[in-house]
Amino acid sequence: MLSIKNLHASIEGTPILRGINLEVKAGEVHAIMGPNGSGKSTLASVLAGREEYEVTEGEVSFNGKDLLDYSPEDRAREGVFLAFQYPVEIPGVSSTNFLRTAVNQVREYRGLEPLDAVKFLTLMKEKMKLVEIDQKLLSRSLNEGFSGGEKKRNEIFQMAMLEPKLSILDETDSGLDIDALKIVSNGVNQLKSKDNATIVVTHYQRLLDYIVPDYVHVLYKGRIVKSGTKELALELEEKGYDWIKEAVDSEATV
Amino acid sequence: MSTLVKQDNIGDLVNQPVNGFDSLRSIAKNSFNEQGLPRLKSEEYKFTAITKKIEASISNFSQASAVEVSMESVNSATFSGFEGAKLVFSNGVFQPRLSDEIEGVAISLLSANESIPLGSIAKPEKDPFAALNQASFQDGVSIVIPKKTKLAQPILLLFLNSISEGQIVQPRIWIEGGDFAEATFIEQTVNLTETSLFVNKVVEIKGGINSHLHYYRIQNEGKNYIEASNIETDIQKDSTFSTVLISLSGDMIRNNLSLNILGSNSEGNMYGLYLLNGKSHVDNHTNVDHTVAHAESNELYKGILADQSRGVFNGKIFVRQDAQKTNAFQQNNNILLSEDAVINTKPQLEIWADDVKCSHGCTTGQLDEEALFYLQARGIGKTQAKGLLLYAFAGEVLEHIGDEAFKTYCTKLVEERLGAKF
Ligand SMILES: Nc1ncnc2c1ncn2[C@@H]1O[C@H](COP(=O)(O)OP(=O)(O)OP(=O)(O)O)[C@@H](O)[C@H]1O
Ligand SMILES: [Mg+2]
Repeated sequence: MLSIKNLHASIEGTPILRGINLEVKAGEVHAIMGPNGSGKSTLASVLAGREEYEVTEGEVSFNGKDLLDYSPEDRAREGVFLAFQYPVEIPGVSSTNFLRTAVNQVREYRGLEPLDAVKFLTLMKEKMKLVEIDQKLLSRSLNEGFSGGEKKRNEIFQMAMLEPKLSILDETDSGLDIDALKIVSNGVNQLKSKDNATIVVTHYQRLLDYIVPDYVHVLYKGRIVKSGTKELALELEEKGYDWIKEAVDSEATV
Repeated sequence: MSTLVKQDNIGDLVNQPVNGFDSLRSIAKNSFNEQGLPRLKSEEYKFTAITKKIEASISNFSQASAVEVSMESVNSATFSGFEGAKLVFSNGVFQPRLSDEIEGVAISLLSANESIPLGSIAKPEKDPFAALNQASFQDGVSIVIPKKTKLAQPILLLFLNSISEGQIVQPRIWIEGGDFAEATFIEQTVNLTETSLFVNKVVEIKGGINSHLHYYRIQNEGKNYIEASNIETDIQKDSTFSTVLISLSGDMIRNNLSLNILGSNSEGNMYGLYLLNGKSHVDNHTNVDHTVAHAESNELYKGILADQSRGVFNGKIFVRQDAQKTNAFQQNNNILLSEDAVINTKPQLEIWADDVKCSHGCTTGQLDEEALFYLQARGIGKTQAKGLLLYAFAGEVLEHIGDEAFKTYCTKLVEERLGAKF
């Protein structure tokens, strides 16, 4: 589904991603871990199409299409979804209006009829249950004054509404209390199918107890320096990153 | 009506004979001669070279006389959805024949009632254009809403301009709301010709005790339209006065708006939205004067400026020594969509009382790129995402329009302008 080859990206001339290789197949869950500043959010943003990042080398294909050629909105319409690490507050834009516009533009792109008000509300109600999000929250402006946890829950709610093929969850677990974590993970698991894939970026093993990954990758200094299965996450939880950093840094100095 | 003589410059208007209000006109003439036309050296007009603009654009410095207007053109000019009474002006001159009568409201030509204390609220010495208008306006309207009269429907002040000879138009309006009166006014201008013109308007609004008056305006003019307006109101005890102004286009527009809070437990609200493009220049000078204790004023002006447009906001708040427990809030927020657009914003607070709550703030920024990306990342196209964000910004002003039909009309124009269709 997603194939990243030798991806290099920089911001304002500073290289951040320095040769990422990653293959994600339909039905898989990949976890990306790594120390602060290693480039995890950058990778997520580059995949979603943020313009500040300049891709200097490499390619990304998504279901056979050259993803880097697409505008952010067309990537979303093709089925890429990014749950933001820091969802943006947008005063004055109602959550409901926003979602209806988004859902219908995505549907239009996929050749589907737009949902009328009734059908849209029915869909919304159904998906709200999935992540147990409060109606009151959605009657407010988008993310405005939402707590950290509420914002994260709203991201997963949007994901449920848009039915993406590839979901990238950037630290969706941080800021969630243990109950919310279960609810959100449960939502993600229910949306999982053999046709879609998930990339979870996290610092914590505990999320991976709920969303069980098929692969775990460690990102460091803009490269994937180690890959393994879910046991790798346990090992990282126990030992931290120093052993990986040391191995990589010493190699680099040779 | 006197014959109008061609003038060489706009200041000569004051020397032109007009009937009625002789002593008020001569006071105004002296005041105008003392002040002279504003130049960039004048502190109050330093960002708005309106005199130069008038001199460069207007070739016939005499007042346009009223022209024949058919009822049909009145009806087609009226914004759709409007329900209420219309007062029609042709080239600034009030036209009773084309205007509705309103039960219980005294509406008359100013010339029919020379006891009206014109200039007692919008004093000629405060602004040269107010003085010029008072010295030389042709004929205006007086609207007196008696005590305890609550008008269920709004009054539309419909200004039709059709310029062939003379390019100066000077509407003059006197509004009196009696004690406990309630009324809503809407100003709309329709230019039937594309000729350059200069509109110099004065509106004085005298509110009674416990009166509730609303004054809504839209400026959606042609690219040869120049305006200076002075709107001033006296607000008495237990009253509210609210105004919303939506400015969408025009060549150069200067709006002076002054609220004199003269009674306690009263509230003055000023809202403005200017969405400018091309080379439009809109200058809003507002002034709220808190002279008594326990009153409140709220002010929110927002601007979105594209192309080479220019906006000016100057908000004065005076809180006099006796005006303890005043709450005065002012906000001016701007989004610049182009590098060539300019905004000059200046809050001016003078506070002499010590127990008051006053706040002001102004921001100028670009469209929020983070927010734009967030919307795009959800599949919303860039143009529409921009529209959504800009509309959200503008909506905060639109929501203060208290007349549904007018709000719908303005909202539609704003949506069209911002490319936001939902
Ligand atoms: N706009 C920017 N300008 C300059 N540097 C940037 C910018 N955005 C990101 N960076 C830098 O890129 C590096 C990678 O940042 P990124 O946000 O991708 O890290 P991360 O792995 O997601 O970290 P965290 O675990 O803290 O979320 C950091 O050193 C960061 O400071
Ligand atoms: Mg991050």
